[in-house]
Amino acid sequence: MFDGFFISLFGALESGIIYALMALGVYLTFRILDFPDLTVDGSFVTGGGVAAISIVNGVPPVFATCFAILAGFLAGIVTGILNTKGKINPLLSGILMMIALYSLNLRIMGKPNVALLNESTVFNQVEGFWGNLGIDQALNSILTWLGLESVPSTWAVLIIMTIVTFCIKFITDYFLKTEVGLALRATGDNEKMIRSFSANTDTLTILGVGISNAFVALSGALVSQYTGFADVSMGIGMIVIGLASVIIGEALIGTKTIFRTTLAVIIGAVLYRIVVTFALRADFLETGDMKLITALLVIIALIAPKIIISQREARRKRRKQAELARRKGANNA
Amino acid sequence: MLNIQDATLTFNEGTLDEKNALQQVDLQLDKGDFVTVIGSNGAGKSTLMNIISGTLKPDVGSITVADQDVTMLPEYKRSQYIGRVFQDPVAGTAPSMTIEENLAMAYARNKKRTLKKGVSKSRKSLFKEHLETLQLGLENRLNAQVGLLSGGERQALSLLMATFTEPNILLLDEHTAALDPSRAELITNITKQVVEQFDLTTLMVTHNMQQALDLGNRLIMMDKGQIILEVSGEKKKELTIEQLLHEFQRIRGKQMANDRAVLG
Repeated sequence: MFDGFFISLFGALESGIIYALMALGVYLTFRILDFPDLTVDGSFVTGGGVAAISIVNGVPPVFATCFAILAGFLAGIVTGILNTKGKINPLLSGILMMIALYSLNLRIMGKPNVALLNESTVFNQVEGFWGNLGIDQALNSILTWLGLESVPSTWAVLIIMTIVTFCIKFITDYFLKTEVGLALRATGDNEKMIRSFSANTDTLTILGVGISNAFVALSGALVSQYTGFADVSMGIGMIVIGLASVIIGEALIGTKTIFRTTLAVIIGAVLYRIVVTFALRADFLETGDMKLITALLVIIALIAPKIIISQREARRKRRKQAELARRKGANNA
Repeated sequence: MLNIQDATLTFNEGTLDEKNALQQVDLQLDKGDFVTVIGSNGAGKSTLMNIISGTLKPDVGSITVADQDVTMLPEYKRSQYIGRVFQDPVAGTAPSMTIEENLAMAYARNKKRTLKKGVSKSRKSLFKEHLETLQLGLENRLNAQVGLLSGGERQALSLLMATFTEPNILLLDEHTAALDPSRAELITNITKQVVEQFDLTTLMVTHNMQQALDLGNRLIMMDKGQIILEVSGEKKKELTIEQLLHEFQRIRGKQMANDRAVLG
């Protein structure tokens, strides 16, 4: 029983940290640029598809992943151009690009599903080198000592992806504090103001949406290599999962600084995977219920903080009223 | 420093709502001129500001800033030369960012934005120095979110952000109108101080006639998209509100008489 629990948790951590990159991308558009970008559903698959088809055709996995990043960046740029130069509403720009990408992704992959079963991926390449380090044996012997019978076959994915995700988080944190980064944040915060300080908000929006989708595509490329296939429908609902991660993370960790918020987004992405994994372990729920669970999670994460705050306010008011009543009673007596 | 020639702009041309916002307006500002602009609603004051800043483009006419023709330059390129403070205190700053980050963005106005840190140590002390001149204690709150400041504090910060990089032109669009009287006076004083300190060429729109008389070395009055009165130097110093109102009625009355003659 406990073994199964641990293996599920381990799997949730692994995929959570990979999906965290996608969530960081969603954070960039949704929060920083105030641009609800639905391109994500398409660009996630573009990333996965480009990486998978490149690998199948003999491109080294690292380069295949770089191609995926580039493809995502380009997709984001098109969405940005539709919005800024075409003056199309952000939501609609994203939807148009998402639907266009569905066909493009099919073209890129050539078929709805590309398997990577016997291909080399960034993960199995790393695992070869990882095995010699002896970290797996050390960590697993601790687990065995703790009384677990089945242990993870490798820690490589979890540890290396944690390092990669945090590197990208730190780069993002730094970027958002540079001169360009400040202007990008101001574009989402007060566009009129930053234009009056000689910033080209069109270019900044295009750049921001591009970077965001590059992150999303990277996540897609890694997910396809992790699961061993790319599927044309693997991106459905991705934007909601991204939003769920951002909103859950922000609600639990807070948004005081950029550093903290990006950390919140990563933790939110991992927590989301954990919740979904354990929800699906319940007997009465099926895999197909995942999207419903996701929607419920987002709704709870959006509403719960408000309820908590209003209850706190109500308690505060009651306390003040009681205090006043007491003081008045004392005066009368 | 600023040269506007024949600036004409018509909204909704050819419809019932046609409005001549500007009619062949000519205006020259020399370096260091401080011009106050008055006129009733719809006189074309804001439109004049907007064609200078690039938010609107004139139908005909040209705009030159510091000997450079900027008529066709987009707003964001023009704002290298032009500092602006808006009427709404919320408009001039980014609310979710800190005071130092806002100043860093303003600092980059006439420079190329790079991938270097926006707020460096040396800049921080520069920002502090400038904030001290406002005497609002903001220099001790560099990391405070601008959204948490009061309207007056935000407007003072906007004013500093618009001026401390010494733009060629400073545009003030009723920038004290949304504040209570004591805050308005504070901002007026800071305006005087920074314009003098940086020797800025300034154009200020106001609805407050007393303010228009107290500030600056020139005054223009606009009506129906035209500059109908211009006073400068000693004459402006002696001008009173009564004279100004009288003058306005005299010109307007004459025009109404003319209109009547035409319609006959």
